[in-house]
Amino acid sequence: MTDSVLYSVLLLASLGIIAAVVLYVVSKKFYVYENPLIADVDEILPGANCAGCGSPGCKSFAERLVGSEDISDLFCPVGGNDVMKEVAAILGKEVVERDPTVAVLRCQGGCDVRPKTTEYQGPRTCAISAMIYSGETDCQYGCLGDGDCVKVCQFDAMYMDEATGLPVIITDKCTSCGACVEECPRDIIEMRPKNKRDLKIFVGCLNEDKGGIAKKACDVACIGCSKCEDICPKDAITMENQLAYIDAGLCTLCRKCVEVCPTHSIIETNFPPKKPKKVVEKKTVVKKVVKKVEVEKVEAEKVAVVKKEAVVKVELEKSKKDA
Amino acid sequence: MLKTFPKGGIHPPENKITSSKGIKRMTVPKMVTVPIAQHIGIPAEIVVDKKDKVEIGQVIAKSGGFVSSNIHSPVAGTVTKIDQIIDLSGYKKQCIVIRTDAKNEANFEEKEYSLITEIQLDPKEIVQRISDYGVVGLGGATFPSHVKLNVKEGVKLDYLIINGVECEPYLTADHRLMLEKTAEIIVGIKILMKALHIEKAVIGIENNKKDAIKQFKELTKNESGIQVAALQVKYPQGGEKQLVRAILGREVPKNGLPLDVGVIVNNVGTIFAVYEAVQHNKPLMERVVTVTGKKMENPSNFWVKIGTPIKDLIAEVGGLPDGTRKLVNGGPMMGKAIKNTDVPVTKGTSGILVISEEEASRGKAENCIRCGECVTVCPMGLEPHLLMNLSEKGMYEKASSEDIMTCIECGSCSYVCPSHRPLLDYIRYGKNIVKKLETSKN
Repeated sequence: MTDSVLYSVLLLASLGIIAAVVLYVVSKKFYVYENPLIADVDEILPGANCAGCGSPGCKSFAERLVGSEDISDLFCPVGGNDVMKEVAAILGKEVVERDPTVAVLRCQGGCDVRPKTTEYQGPRTCAISAMIYSGETDCQYGCLGDGDCVKVCQFDAMYMDEATGLPVIITDKCTSCGACVEECPRDIIEMRPKNKRDLKIFVGCLNEDKGGIAKKACDVACIGCSKCEDICPKDAITMENQLAYIDAGLCTLCRKCVEVCPTHSIIETNFPPKKPKKVVEKKTVVKKVVKKVEVEKVEAEKVAVVKKEAVVKVELEKSKKDA
Repeated sequence: MLKTFPKGGIHPPENKITSSKGIKRMTVPKMVTVPIAQHIGIPAEIVVDKKDKVEIGQVIAKSGGFVSSNIHSPVAGTVTKIDQIIDLSGYKKQCIVIRTDAKNEANFEEKEYSLITEIQLDPKEIVQRISDYGVVGLGGATFPSHVKLNVKEGVKLDYLIINGVECEPYLTADHRLMLEKTAEIIVGIKILMKALHIEKAVIGIENNKKDAIKQFKELTKNESGIQVAALQVKYPQGGEKQLVRAILGREVPKNGLPLDVGVIVNNVGTIFAVYEAVQHNKPLMERVVTVTGKKMENPSNFWVKIGTPIKDLIAEVGGLPDGTRKLVNGGPMMGKAIKNTDVPVTKGTSGILVISEEEASRGKAENCIRCGECVTVCPMGLEPHLLMNLSEKGMYEKASSEDIMTCIECGSCSYVCPSHRPLLDYIRYGKNIVKKLETSKN
């Protein structure tokens, strides 16, 4: 009885020891050196595995960061500048600070402004719709409204607005990973710089048709009238194929273009509400009056000077004659 | 027992309402819109300017490369616009708009050509003329014919097959053409036989067109090289691979062409266009279009000038009936819905189908019940339910290895599916992605 217990204990113990020795040898023999920095960097990265940086996941991005000499062109859009600074501190490399960006939807063609002219009954995905035809409306540039971008967003930063049939981006949640930009077959979503108060001005339309056709398809389409281009004091607006584009780098957010756009296709976000128009009008009137008064004053002074001179001349002549 | 292809196939209701209606000549439209991309391959290059006067049959866009085709003006008139205009695809494409000159008699006189049976040109000249006169495959794919006829040296061909199957329900354009231009088509066949140095030709016609079969049999009695093959009625017999299998029993390899088994296939419409181009120097600028629908007042077949707006065609048959829900370019199986009636007829338009409210809607898609019906009917021996799932889930490599690219998009699977699953929609999408992945790899 005791023998059998003893044997089995001995057998199992010896098996365990043999296995341990084998495992030890193998682990030493086939040891793969991994830079410990990779694990450190991976720890700092957000761990969302969103592929917004261009690598398939955070671990492989960490490998790229550690492996490459110059990391100035690598950037984690989810972590932003803070994370990149920490990474740079660990690695002793330099990073370039980038402006935070956020996704914006460059289409305002909701059901109320962009009438549906056809009905589609196939599978509801943007990719298939775009492959088969140009969408349920007459606009072949705008949102197809099947929500591929919403499906692909990992951060719950988008939802479909049922009233308009357009996706909505929740700016606070958007990490600018770029998945939606990649997914959209119409390239409607664009990454634009985000400032502290999230003030943005951009053209909410991609329609390259001539004015009449564009307007017929959608009430809020850019009709390519160039009014915004003319009024922009910073030359930030360029027209191409009857479509305006605002360069976010040059734009000073003065909002002159928003006011001048006849179809309201330029979108402003998070600006404080404008003062009522009447006050603005009064101001201009007052200014004009002031100007007028000033002009009159100047003219009166001019006349006075001329009069004075004439008087002086007359007096001089008088004195000459007297002499 | 009549011949047919062995694998799969379906029998949709034929509905060939217009088969007894002769081909009428349509009134010349006031305005034609001619797209420059009417064929597979590189779009043609525009050679006219705005305000130019053009004659009937004048080249308005020159072939843009080898796989491309010339485009000729279908009317005499003035070019009023060269712009991006919506075409049958639903997207804007470059088009040339020509206003018909109402005073020019050439527009309205109906030339009656007498039959010329003697073929004077040598093979090279024939191919050149087919290329010059913009002949493309009129069966639907619009592949430039001169490219098809430019067979590489060393490839042995022994059969020319003429596709007069017209397996799509409703359409009768080819049927009427075969009845009315039988002698011309036979000359056209001889022209192609001469150009390709082929001794044997077979005309494949489905058995629902008995009159056409009889007529061809009578006229080819004394022709030793030309046979007529009556085929069982089964969709999609008009597919190249199915037709070769049905008539000759030869299996075209899965990623190959009929050329690989020594066969070349051409549609009867193409043959007639070849005849006109070679014997009468007439460019391809009109074609037969069936305008049909169950509730249509006066459905018929028409000779239509390329570029005629579809709304003119509809007006010709008495306007759209009440309760019309859908317009289709082509037949009900492979045709594509039309978005706008302003779009022009192109070289590939074989019919305009008007569908009423009751028949237009698709059923609600339910879950797959694994009945295997789609596998049974697939003429290419594929597993449509699997291909759909793979492309829905984004497993394109697997889909590619399951031969998604051999799908001929006949739609038999979607037609039979009891759960109304959108099989073809997803397969077509998957094919698109696989094609993109393959081109990016190379």
